[in-house]
Amino acid sequence: MTLLDVKNLSVSFDTRSGPFRAVDGLDLHIAPGEVVAIVGESGSGKSVAMLAVMGLLPDSATVTADRLAFEGKDMLTLPPSERRKIIGRDMAMIFQEPMASLNPCFTVGFQIKEMLRRHTQLDRAARHRRAIELLGMVGISEPERRLSAFPHQLSGGMSQRVMIAMATSCNPKLLIADEPTTALDVTIQAQILELLSDLQRDEGMALVLITHDMGVVAETAERVVVQYAGLQVERQPVRDLFRTPHHPYTAALLAALPDRSRGARLPSIPGMVPGQGDRPSGCQFNPRCPYADDRCRTIDPPRQPDALGGALCHYPLNVPAKVTA
Amino acid sequence: MNALITADHLERDYEVARGVFSKPFVLHAVAEASFSVAEGTTLAIVGESGCGKSTLARLLTMIEPATGGTLEIDGRDVSAGRRGDLRALRATVQIVFQNPYGSLNPRQKVGAILEEPLKINTSLSAAERQDRARKMLAEVGLRPEHYGRYPHMFSGGQRQRIAIARALMLEPKILVLDEPVSALDVSIQAQILNLLADLQERRGLTYVFISHALSVVRHVADEVLVMYLGRGVEIAPAEVLFQTPRHPYTQALLAATPVADPERRGHRLRLAGEMPSPFNPPPGCAFHPRCPFANDRCRTELPKMLPHGSTTVACHGVEEGRIPLPATPPPPLDTTVSVV
Repeated sequence: MTLLDVKNLSVSFDTRSGPFRAVDGLDLHIAPGEVVAIVGESGSGKSVAMLAVMGLLPDSATVTADRLAFEGKDMLTLPPSERRKIIGRDMAMIFQEPMASLNPCFTVGFQIKEMLRRHTQLDRAARHRRAIELLGMVGISEPERRLSAFPHQLSGGMSQRVMIAMATSCNPKLLIADEPTTALDVTIQAQILELLSDLQRDEGMALVLITHDMGVVAETAERVVVQYAGLQVERQPVRDLFRTPHHPYTAALLAALPDRSRGARLPSIPGMVPGQGDRPSGCQFNPRCPYADDRCRTIDPPRQPDALGGALCHYPLNVPAKVTA
Repeated sequence: MNALITADHLERDYEVARGVFSKPFVLHAVAEASFSVAEGTTLAIVGESGCGKSTLARLLTMIEPATGGTLEIDGRDVSAGRRGDLRALRATVQIVFQNPYGSLNPRQKVGAILEEPLKINTSLSAAERQDRARKMLAEVGLRPEHYGRYPHMFSGGQRQRIAIARALMLEPKILVLDEPVSALDVSIQAQILNLLADLQERRGLTYVFISHALSVVRHVADEVLVMYLGRGVEIAPAEVLFQTPRHPYTQALLAATPVADPERRGHRLRLAGEMPSPFNPPPGCAFHPRCPFANDRCRTELPKMLPHGSTTVACHGVEEGRIPLPATPPPPLDTTVSVV
């Protein structure tokens, strides 16, 4: 059974210079307890796609999808009051800037208990006990005392732990983590990633990890989706993706990592991710792709079969002999 | 090869007021930093936030004076501080900051940004200045038409190129790079790292590369200094440090860095806790509350930097020989993917 089922999700924003497609035709199926990573550079639409799933986009965004279902319930047609019961309880999200995600005017305890007050039947005393238990679970020392701390009294790593405690307070079935460790130091990043993996394993929670860090992907994810300029250019299990990338963009991204290259110069990708004004025709990656020809520059690339990572490319790489035959 | 930068027991303290009647608290942001950088090489300074690496950058660029120790740049003593000397030295050392969105004046055109250092420090005519700025644009991989544009019209990677161009206008010998690629995407990061390597080769520049990203450091550095809470804990040639990290903190830092290879997941040394506050540093070795090998001596006595082969380490455990090297040293750099 799929927990989250997204088919052909598109998000466009109304801007002064016309509509801008931030996400174009995203497909995503997440089974219970799975860890899926969405990788891409800034502007690839990875955060916007997940905000659309959560229903957190502003009014200037138009969200369309053939299917956007959570546990079989259609999130697009669900009345807002029903939807709010799911968001935050069964499906929760944590963000990149833990310091900016907490309300500076309220104590940590108040903010955690607010979640419990809205989404559970627990009474006041039970909420207090649960809040202490949650802070202990995410590895905060002296949880009882920390409940009365304000966000500015916490370090970045601690704030992110509080965010995780809040997001997991109602035992969500799906946790979306948007660059959860980008603002943190490496030793703290390792702690937070381990905490997320533990929660995922112990509570059977599915985890969607949005990141640009290939190291984090390699360490935590089971399946990977690669986004480029709003498009899903490749999806593969993590080992296969690192071993045999099929889309030229994935291959170039992996080759550009300093820890995978030898020699004095890194194989870099020329140019940059196209923005609103300069989206090319045909394949979005063609101006930066070493293999691009006229077909790539004019015709939208087809979706390759799953055996080729569903690569959105005319000429996928690393094609095994039996597929070509 | 002669040393272009020599720092000896360099210190920077800040006095922090604690109220009208109490004595100000003295915070040691950098203490006993000793290192030297040979001409044309790269020293990387590594550590987590709050370890004093940016303060060290401010000392090297003479934005702030040191409160103790000596710093010699290009054969001249900075701490002696004769005005004329400092003026000439400031042109020798230039800096590139982390955030290219914040380090360029949004009201100045690129041309003006690049020419400003010349305007202040040289007596070149306007035409000569413009000529130099245009040449520099080409050298950092920007197009001539970018001369008349404003910073907001550029992407992050291009802005970092502008910042690098500005730093090079006075033809410095030393470039201090304070996290120059950490705000950039992977594909852009590779472009900037390549540009820096090209410039170093072409101009014989000496780099002080400050970063927390160990994979980047491994790629660029000749020598690495690891800092923790204001003090150097280990300094070694890059390959030695990555192959045989000796200090438990260096080992933990290496183990915590995610490796972009799903085949090598798991087994790793995890550090508990966070870096202590510099307002309340622990006695003895600053790392002992998080160190799995700490004993009573570590809790009371401050370790000194002592040579150990080609490495210099500040650790009682290493001195006593009770810190094992990591069981599986990271493999050499030959795990490239097959492209095509």
